[in-house]
Amino acid sequence: MRPLTDEETKIFFEKLTKYIGENVRLLIDRPDGAYCFRLHRDRVFYVSEKLLKHAVSIDRDHLVSIGTCFGKFTKTRKFRLHITALDYLAPYAQYKIWLKPTAEQQFVYGNHIMKSGLGRISESTAKYQGVVVYNMADIPLGFGVAAKATSECRHAEPMAIVCFHQADVGEYIRAEDTLVG
Amino acid sequence: MGRKGNFVEKTPSGPGRKAKKQKPPTLPDHLKEAKQPKETLGRRSQKRAAKRSAVKAGTATRKKPVKNNKTISDESLDSEGMSDDDGERKKLFDDGDSDSMGEQSEDDEPLDDNFKGSSGDSSDDDEEELPIEKKSKQLKLKKQQEDELGEKELQMNIQQSEKYTLPSGEEIEKELLLPPDLTILKSRIKEVVGVLSDFTIKREEGRDRVEYLDQLRRDLCTYYSYNDFLMGAFMETFPLGELIDFLEANETPRPMTIRTNTLKTRRRDLAQALINRGVNLDPIGKWSKVGLVIYNSQVPIGATPEYLAGHYILQGASSFLPVMALAPQEGDKVLDMSAAPGGKTSHIAALMKNTGMLFANDANPDRAKAVVGNLHRLGVTNAVVMTYDGKVLPKMSRGYNRVLLDAPCSGTGVISKDPSAKTSKDSKDISRCSHLQKELILAAIDCADEGGYIVYSTCSVLVQENEWVVDYALKKRHVKVVDTGLEFGRDAFPRFQKLVFHPSVKLCKRFYPHTHNMDGFFVAKLKKISNNIPTTAEQIEEEEPAEEKNGNDSDDDTSAKSRRMKRKKGNKANDSNNKNSNPKDKKGSDSKDVKANGVAKTGIVKKKAGNLKKKVFGKKMTGPFKQRK
Repeated sequence: MRPLTDEETKIFFEKLTKYIGENVRLLIDRPDGAYCFRLHRDRVFYVSEKLLKHAVSIDRDHLVSIGTCFGKFTKTRKFRLHITALDYLAPYAQYKIWLKPTAEQQFVYGNHIMKSGLGRISESTAKYQGVVVYNMADIPLGFGVAAKATSECRHAEPMAIVCFHQADVGEYIRAEDTLVG
Repeated sequence: MGRKGNFVEKTPSGPGRKAKKQKPPTLPDHLKEAKQPKETLGRRSQKRAAKRSAVKAGTATRKKPVKNNKTISDESLDSEGMSDDDGERKKLFDDGDSDSMGEQSEDDEPLDDNFKGSSGDSSDDDEEELPIEKKSKQLKLKKQQEDELGEKELQMNIQQSEKYTLPSGEEIEKELLLPPDLTILKSRIKEVVGVLSDFTIKREEGRDRVEYLDQLRRDLCTYYSYNDFLMGAFMETFPLGELIDFLEANETPRPMTIRTNTLKTRRRDLAQALINRGVNLDPIGKWSKVGLVIYNSQVPIGATPEYLAGHYILQGASSFLPVMALAPQEGDKVLDMSAAPGGKTSHIAALMKNTGMLFANDANPDRAKAVVGNLHRLGVTNAVVMTYDGKVLPKMSRGYNRVLLDAPCSGTGVISKDPSAKTSKDSKDISRCSHLQKELILAAIDCADEGGYIVYSTCSVLVQENEWVVDYALKKRHVKVVDTGLEFGRDAFPRFQKLVFHPSVKLCKRFYPHTHNMDGFFVAKLKKISNNIPTTAEQIEEEEPAEEKNGNDSDDDTSAKSRRMKRKKGNKANDSNNKNSNPKDKKGSDSKDVKANGVAKTGIVKKKAGNLKKKVFGKKMTGPFKQRK
């Protein structure tokens, strides 16, 4: 477990900014105590420094997870956000997509979002902007990348993809083993 | 070439010959007509006519002897009435009754049928009655017969229970060759339980209780397919009446329950959301504010968007209990020693509202992944997941406010979930479990801070894995049992067979599938008083022989001075003693375990208890084991 290097920090924050923009600062400057990002086995964990202090005695082999896992660095040193980061992305998300109840199922099975399943979309979403996906009851279901800007969505065909799938809550069941460790 | 069709074997279409339904039989016309006049006469009018004729002619007595076996005057009157009322029919009846059946059958077939079909006593009377009356009479008859039969059976039963004989050795051998007949087994189980419940009266002369118990155990083993050891253990644990209930409850699954994740939602909102998805649910009971019981559901409960978003977790009702007993407070530092799959861990986090620190440990790295998944799904942010062996945890970190040990166990309380436990466990497994649990509970106590709480729970109902382990901990560490704070559940056994545990063990709680409709469970809450390890009865015992050898037996038991001296000695000698004695002890108990559990263990206890009596200990040193006389 170690702090992120400068390069890693840059890559990581770039990715985060795509989803929550300037709100990244809120993750670090928290009123309820100091929080930090730590790298453990290529995974980035978001953890309070108090908890971190108590967990230093745990050796690398036996530590599985600490705090919240945000994602992992791939072998090519790109950063990939995991669904486990959703708890922190959802409250700070700038651009959102709401799904119709019929499309919920498809999305949590790992499919992209079609125009037909699109319930609502934030105003002025740009193309390839990171968006958080909700259902109509405002439960966050995952996140993705907008395939079309809001204005384009209005005129898209029903079967056109409006959002590329990146992570969804179905992964808790489908890919429990690969989430962490 | 194309594929060749197989035209030879062609299944016939349409219903087969046997499927054809036979038409109702058609009667010849003359027969149908014969039926008519009988129905036209009402019963009342018949009676009235009969009365009239009887008054007029006074011939009531004339016909009596002719009747088959009727003696009631009313019936004779009836037939009389007929004779007067309708000439033709009178003749017909007279003939039928007095002379021969043959003649009648020529004229009237339905009558003949009737005569032959009905038993003698209701012969001719039936002719004049409405069909509904006939039916009622027949019903009455049937009921009477049934009653008689029932009474006979009852008497037979009484006789049986009065002198219910156990099957002899030959019979049993014969039975072993055949596949088991469950109905016979069941009735025999009932009988034997009946006998055992009132043994002095219902017993068979010359048979003792052991024989009955042996037979019962064999039968129960075959009927419920347990192995002999486990059934024996259950029979020791439960009274007989309850045993059957328990075994029956193990055959049916427990209701599915979920726990609301209070970190993300409220129970009312969750219930509403699930109801909208077509789930039929109810609150779990007064004792929990977060539990819901699922009766049935149109959607898979483990895959709804609410589930995936972490609004609830599937969790057995019994798994709520240890966490409720632990009662973690906000800001506590809590350790969950065997966390997988994370249900209890997340419950702890929810009670702490994500404050404080939560350390979840599970020895199995694969199962630890499930913990990680669940904790993230439920939005727990203050948790560390690690994969240490529970026994080494105290070396790593101490000073936890609360420690939860949901110890690995034989799973005898969750047989309905995993029936393989019925046959796969033997005494070795149980003592192995028990041994591991003892090690873990000591580790748990060592991890806790002074004044900290430890909750020990298992999903087993066996005393060896529960009370015994708690008692062992009381002996080995400076802890006391405190009330669990759970308002229901049975008190734990303060004594078992010949064992007497520390009286405070009674504060632990037991839960059974047949009484609480949740998995069999055991919850104990301990409070750590101090870090020092008390000199225990065992160590004293080991000390004593050495002293005697040295000829150092002049010490005065009651003097506080010598006691203190001795305690010091004991502490010093502790390490060496432990090294010497522990392997011995283990070996001894292991080898005995293989033979017979209870007996061997009690043997050891007896020895210990004997020594205990000799000494008067201080507060800390009070030995929990005593011998009951």
